[in-house]
Amino acid sequence: MQNVNWVALAIFVLFFVVITSSGFAAAKWRKGDLDLLHEWGLGGRRFGAVITWLLLGGDLYTAYTFIAVPALVFGAGAVGFFAVPLAIVAYPIFFLVFPRIWYFCRKHNYITAGDFVRGRFGNRWLALAVTITGIVATMPYLALQLVGLQVVIGALGISGTGFAADLPLIIAFAILAAFTYSSGLRAPASIAIVKDALIYITAFAAVVVILIEFGGFSEIFAAVPSPKLLLATPGPGTTGAYSAYPTLALGSALALFLYPHSLTGILSARSGRAVRQNAALLPGYSLVLGLLALLGFFAIAAGVADLPEYADGFKQFGNNFAVPALFLHAFPSWFVGIAFAAIGIGALVPAAIMSIAVANLYTRNIHREFINRTPTDRQEAQTAKWMSLAVKFGALAFIMFVPTKYAIYLQLLGGIWIIQTLPAVMLGAFTSWFNGWALLVGWAAGTVVGTVMAVAVNLTPTCPLQVAGYVFPGYTALYAVILNVTLVIFLTPVFNALKARRTPIDAIVTSDYHV
Amino acid sequence: MSESRKDRRGWSWWYPLLLVQFVGVLWPPFFNRAEPFWVGMPLFYWYQLLWVIAGAVLTAIVYVATDD
Repeated sequence: MQNVNWVALAIFVLFFVVITSSGFAAAKWRKGDLDLLHEWGLGGRRFGAVITWLLLGGDLYTAYTFIAVPALVFGAGAVGFFAVPLAIVAYPIFFLVFPRIWYFCRKHNYITAGDFVRGRFGNRWLALAVTITGIVATMPYLALQLVGLQVVIGALGISGTGFAADLPLIIAFAILAAFTYSSGLRAPASIAIVKDALIYITAFAAVVVILIEFGGFSEIFAAVPSPKLLLATPGPGTTGAYSAYPTLALGSALALFLYPHSLTGILSARSGRAVRQNAALLPGYSLVLGLLALLGFFAIAAGVADLPEYADGFKQFGNNFAVPALFLHAFPSWFVGIAFAAIGIGALVPAAIMSIAVANLYTRNIHREFINRTPTDRQEAQTAKWMSLAVKFGALAFIMFVPTKYAIYLQLLGGIWIIQTLPAVMLGAFTSWFNGWALLVGWAAGTVVGTVMAVAVNLTPTCPLQVAGYVFPGYTALYAVILNVTLVIFLTPVFNALKARRTPIDAIVTSDYHV
Repeated sequence: MSESRKDRRGWSWWYPLLLVQFVGVLWPPFFNRAEPFWVGMPLFYWYQLLWVIAGAVLTAIVYVATDD
């Protein structure tokens, strides 16, 4: 504990106290009966455009994003910048698809993607597949939020051995678990305001301060080794980075809103109009994301990897230490405290929403569907609250006992798995033409093939697809979901002919659509 | 706007405007260059950051045009 940065630590703790009290106080905010699942798990569907915007921002721009995106740029250069086109194409998709889903869910009191698929295609097994995919894909993502927290706690100079080393993380998570249990989705919504303010301040201050220190972008980019500066020009017979880069961006953008916590944020909106306003407002975050990505280059220019005082951090956290090291290097202690608080709170907000989303899924689409078919409202909300605790402590145990690289591998596979719900959820927003069994076969095929492809390339994101002697390296998830959609389209008439089609329970017709 | 046209189909001819940003950023040969620099930033970076703003403007236009 001899290297503790006390000023930074004091400010960091201060912000944690502030958000903890705000998290507990949130139970009384726009008060509702927290014994009802939609009050606890969706904030009573009462959030306007601004709160939904903050909540979705908290969802999508996580601590892991702030640590990992610059770390990727720091380590791999230009290709790490794919997060920016990802954000650019994500919002038009959001704009077209999610106001519709919001509308269906509001009308039929759906709380999860599982509910939506169940109602849309009348197939409980498909709903189960979507539910399990959502839960399994979210868990490693939730665990990675803890890595973000771990990195900043380590960078504050707090270290120890064995149980003591994990103690700060356990305390932070226990607090998070407590206020999520008592306030539900209102807790992360109230904290998201603080989180966003801190993130904006940190990102802009970092860029301005470091630019002044270096003299400008030309000095920074001059320090970047030329292979990292641009995408590698593809060799003969392959599309190289020219297909890897855009498929990573597009595939990740499609997967982004299929994660259960995104839908939880969206469904908490009070009106379809608020959802649409969000799609128009959310690009406001993308510029910050771009600036954060550039911090990877700033870290290269600052030469933090070669400074002896950060050697331990890089040894322990790898490239993920690039941004914390840069902040420690370039900022006074008090501002380091603010910046690290931004990252730390940036971990808690999405972690809370993710645990709520998983709890909602379990309660609605597993417990209610397969275990207790007729719960009272109170029982249902209580199941979800307990589940949210179980999920968080599961993630904590995972991070404490399993090496971080496995969480990263699982997160990578999670992206491949979650995108397989695209035909049922995203395309399901536009049509109920698909047969539920065809969707289930497509889902299974996409999941298996995607997983096999990812394992075949040693769990890296892109897979070199060979067609007629030509190589198209691309994001595995996107290739797998193309297979999935193709199968669904060809198998739908087949299953319909087998009379396996069931009438959708709610018989949603397109004339229902009003936003 | 007549209800039958907009609400039932949920489609507007403003929506294709949203496709412009896909074309803009998903074709790397178009912008994978360092020259010309702008405030010291290679084209690859400032071009994509500029699309963040352009994309936001396009989405806002579509929102306003289809809002009722």
